[in-house]
Amino acid sequence: MPPGISASDFYNILPELVLTSGALVVLIVDVLLPKERRGALAWVTLLAIGATLASLVPFRSTHVEVAQGLLAVDQFALFFKVVFLVAAAITVLMSVRYLEIEGASPGEYYFLILCATLGMMIMAGGIDLITIFIGLETMAVSFYILAGFIKPSHRSNEAAVKYFLLGAFSLGILLYGMSLMYGLSGTTNLRVMAAAFAGQETDARLVLAVILVVAGVGFKIAAVPFHMWAPDVYEGAPTPITAFLSVGSKAASFAMLIRIFLEGLPSMGHDWRLLFEALAIITMTVGNIAALTQSNVKRMLAYSSIAHAGYVLIGIVAGTSRGITATLVYLFIYAFMQLGAFAVIVGLRRADVAGEELKDFGGLHARNPFAAFAMLLFMLSLGGIPPTAGFMGKFWLFSAAIDAHYNWLAVIGVLNSAVSLYYYVRIVVFMYVKKEALGSEPATSPTLAVVLGVAVAATLVLGVYPRLLFELADASARTLGAAGVTTSLR
Amino acid sequence: MLSPYIPIAIFVVVATGFALFTLVFSGLLHPEKYNKVKLEPYECGIEPLTDARDRYSIRYYLVAMLFVIFDVETVFMFPWAVIFDKLLLFGLIEMLVFIFILVVGYYYAWQKGALEWV
Repeated sequence: MPPGISASDFYNILPELVLTSGALVVLIVDVLLPKERRGALAWVTLLAIGATLASLVPFRSTHVEVAQGLLAVDQFALFFKVVFLVAAAITVLMSVRYLEIEGASPGEYYFLILCATLGMMIMAGGIDLITIFIGLETMAVSFYILAGFIKPSHRSNEAAVKYFLLGAFSLGILLYGMSLMYGLSGTTNLRVMAAAFAGQETDARLVLAVILVVAGVGFKIAAVPFHMWAPDVYEGAPTPITAFLSVGSKAASFAMLIRIFLEGLPSMGHDWRLLFEALAIITMTVGNIAALTQSNVKRMLAYSSIAHAGYVLIGIVAGTSRGITATLVYLFIYAFMQLGAFAVIVGLRRADVAGEELKDFGGLHARNPFAAFAMLLFMLSLGGIPPTAGFMGKFWLFSAAIDAHYNWLAVIGVLNSAVSLYYYVRIVVFMYVKKEALGSEPATSPTLAVVLGVAVAATLVLGVYPRLLFELADASARTLGAAGVTTSLR
Repeated sequence: MLSPYIPIAIFVVVATGFALFTLVFSGLLHPEKYNKVKLEPYECGIEPLTDARDRYSIRYYLVAMLFVIFDVETVFMFPWAVIFDKLLLFGLIEMLVFIFILVVGYYYAWQKGALEWV
């Protein structure tokens, strides 16, 4: 073997290798199965995700760098990998019914979901600009195709083209910033870079690099003013993909953000904190206010997901170990409530009804009490009402902000949560108060019931007993940085 | 100080010179015989001037796209071949894994009928 690579490196990327093999198996099984039995692909995909989750077990407390600093295998990456894999599994379960209704061949659909997950896992582990970028590309290209997967639908095509063009453009900006970071430090490894920048005077070129990278990352997490793609793409893309995009892609981008800024640019902390502070305020406010007037639920959830990116940014701005813990916890909780809400929309989708409009939720309680109750729970959780998980997540984010003396950031966050309740509760009003059953009977399927059950259970359990999650997230946040080195957390 | 840039300068001169040379030289040499097909703006195997609302087959683009994909993959083999004497068996296995993944993609495209000229 060439110097710098050892057999243990291959052992350490075992989960990624398992997932890659699983994706290839899905691709081959797809062409081997006769057309009418392609539905079985979902189970092959779930098997691949399950195998990957199982292969994460030996790395519970590993803390090493792979191939001299290309990837980090630590609990921080592990935490995110679990989020991605669980989100991918739930997305697959949701897709079974959705693809049947749309009459789309599963084909490369499941393969692309696995590829996107692989990209996310590499992003979470990447501590080198090149690795992070390759992970980002793997994820983004898969999503460009998935967004346009319903080929006869104009909206789906529009979503794919918009996402692709804007995504490619933003990647260019991100790459420009990264190239400046490389040019000024002479390395692409974030940890070496942090050492190179430490103690340096502020360089105007480095400030430019920070601005460019913030813009590039801001696009990926859909922070205002880089959010214009999100509502159109979320509305047009197939609903399970919208769910996966708003959960997986967002969490992966936050992992990348934390790696780049906390591991690579701690010396510029003052500058990027200021930028993220401004972004957090604008993102929360614009996201929530724009969501108020939406009548399409998918579009409304898109704006709500923009607003949630703003809340999560508060944790990044605080930058304390408590802030990062809160960020991880929130992304975990957010995954369940957001996926659950989209699962209800998938349930409302019928051959003749889109099931995305607010009026489709009219009288849902009378038609399907469990779906209505689940949606009620997800909406309250997104709005941050106890005893749901969303409340615990927000509570920790805001208390982390106050802890780090960003009092008014917490105040703006709380005010925004109050505003957001209006549009969350509006859905509840449609479901419970409106008596006339406007939409059709929501179809139930075993897979959707499982998704709803898991999401409801997670939302309730994490709201009542969040301690275990907090401890795990806290331990994960503390593994940021090289082994044995005190982290850059304030 | 400037010496690292000299090869780049030579490269620029040679590249520009080659382009100019080709244009001028072929302009001087070529026989001037034109016909309708030759004056068409594109050579893509498809009738370029038809009714705008016509249906046309996109098979040409599919083949071209597959060609570009596999062409780009070949590019990765050149740097590998250059340092093969240092990578040895490890490099060979790595490249075989890479090619295996490519073959899976190729098999998929084949089975999906992307190579059929219907």
